[in-house]
Amino acid sequence: MQLRLSEEERMIQKTIRDFARKDLAAVADQANLDAVFQDEIYRKLGELGFMGVTVPEEYGGVDLGTFCLTLALEEISMVCPATAIAVSVHNELANSIVLRYGSDAVKNKFLPAMASGRSIGVYAITETEAGSDVSAIRMSAVREGDEYILNGNKIFISTGDKAGVIIVVARTNADDRTGGLTAFLVEPNFPGFSIGKTEHKMGMKASTTVELVFEDCRVPAGNVLGSPGMGMKIALGALDGGRIGIASQALGIAQGAMDSAVLFARERSQFGQRIIDFQGTKWKIADMAVKLDAARLLVYRAARMKDAGEQCSKEASMAKLYATRIANEIAYESMQIHGGVGYTEEFRIERLFRDARVTEIYEGTSEIQRLVIAKKVIEEYEQAYPS
Amino acid sequence: MKIIVLLKRVPDTEAKILINQEGTGIRKDGVKFVINTYDEYGIEEGLKLKEKLGGDSKVTVFCLGPEESTEVIRTALAMGADDAVHICDPALESPAPFTTSAVLAKAIKDEGFDIIFCGKQGIDDDTAQVQGGIAEALGIPQVNIASSFELSEDGSRALIGRRIEGGNEKIESALPVIVTCDKGINEPRYASLPGIMKAKKKEIRTRTLADLGFDEMPAAGRSKILKWLPLPKGGECRMVEAEEVSDAVKELARLLREEAKII
Repeated sequence: MQLRLSEEERMIQKTIRDFARKDLAAVADQANLDAVFQDEIYRKLGELGFMGVTVPEEYGGVDLGTFCLTLALEEISMVCPATAIAVSVHNELANSIVLRYGSDAVKNKFLPAMASGRSIGVYAITETEAGSDVSAIRMSAVREGDEYILNGNKIFISTGDKAGVIIVVARTNADDRTGGLTAFLVEPNFPGFSIGKTEHKMGMKASTTVELVFEDCRVPAGNVLGSPGMGMKIALGALDGGRIGIASQALGIAQGAMDSAVLFARERSQFGQRIIDFQGTKWKIADMAVKLDAARLLVYRAARMKDAGEQCSKEASMAKLYATRIANEIAYESMQIHGGVGYTEEFRIERLFRDARVTEIYEGTSEIQRLVIAKKVIEEYEQAYPS
Repeated sequence: MKIIVLLKRVPDTEAKILINQEGTGIRKDGVKFVINTYDEYGIEEGLKLKEKLGGDSKVTVFCLGPEESTEVIRTALAMGADDAVHICDPALESPAPFTTSAVLAKAIKDEGFDIIFCGKQGIDDDTAQVQGGIAEALGIPQVNIASSFELSEDGSRALIGRRIEGGNEKIESALPVIVTCDKGINEPRYASLPGIMKAKKKEIRTRTLADLGFDEMPAAGRSKILKWLPLPKGGECRMVEAEEVSDAVKELARLLREEAKII
């Protein structure tokens, strides 16, 4: 596997690194304090091509791949993990699903605006009773002439209030639990669609999280993605990319937390020496560095495999499970090294610490990742050592 | 209009610079190299001028440097430059400023030019001599440390602003001219993803000394670096303490005269 970055990848990394450390860093602290989504940042990211990473050039994208997106999410998350959410969901879920399952008419109509970042794509699966268990979706979609009528609520939808395009999975057949789901492309101006409650979260505050309300919401039949009944397949097919995205975000959080810790420990003195010179601090730094490297190898492997078109569910889950765990561990130790000031809003580690927590929860909890990994591993053993 | 931008590959500003054991240069292992910060302003100014003029205006990058320079050249192409000339020759491993000037001037002359933009200095050795050497070799005016640039309405002359102590200076120059850019003249753009993709297809023409018609090293011996030395370690700091400031001053004066023997 290619571990070293190519010249092109280093150039991509430099662009997004410079952008994150300059443009994004200039607004990130205040945006998270005020819990405001940064439209201007997404406009600029769109101009630079980061909202159409996996979209082919004919639709205005750059047709790079998951690995390029991983580099971008990592750099963005070192500075502002909340900003990475919409970049990940938009590219890996919304763009990918429209590209793969949209009709030509749908692709021509929506992808150019999505790839340029003028229209942000969001992904709406979760309901009160359905999350990782997609088959429990209740929201109904009933065909009426050339339209479907959608009724029900989606909750915890990232960036739902800023969406230009919403991918929704709803139930078209009540009797078929897994085969009765259908994916739709909904525009926020469709009659019967509205934004419900806004969540007040522990972290990721510069990313909005809202409820979407569908009351007799009329969606043209042409906006069905794939064909009726394919909703479950589409939702599950998007998981690997989404998980690599969150693993990349966690990697950035971990790197950002480690950077803060080392730079702080170098400056701070106690008992007549820099705290980086205490053995206790060195052990923490060594552990952080090993964890970070191990996580990066897992995440880069998963991203490279996905770009090579290989089956990578196990590897994506491993990357997400481990990177999100160590992001929390490193953020914890980094705050410990900072001491009291690390607990104040003056220091970025306070924000990274809070932001890290949700990475072990969304896009499949760590427990779900372990189920995926164990299932694959046991299958591999069955093949190698048939019982 | 043929717009030339000059580009130097230099160690990253954040890199820790160490002198090699032989004292012939810096240690390059583990050092990240980037486009000279001031040259980025030159690139941006060149691209802005091209965009303003439109038509068949073209921005060509010139870089003298080792093989690895292709990465910074490619970055300039990704920012929007059209093509590049890379002067790469083992004999030019660490050229003196006059040599660099002579070689670049010849390459630029071969290519043809209407205006040249570059940084006001390299952030590595800070000699700021190459630009002047090129102006001299090409017989064109040079305006240093520009804080603004525009063409006159008829496009025949360059109007260049310079920040000077207590005010600004406006200079009007004939074309061609070499303009060295200061921080603040513009905000260099990022290399976008589409730009990076396009840059792969853009041409980088490699030139050796022989290609440029040099039988021997030009301007050899005009100047020579004898040895590279690390900065001397800072001496110890001694605090002069006294109840009254006037006593401390007297004591300091005594120390400077009697111990340091510098006054």
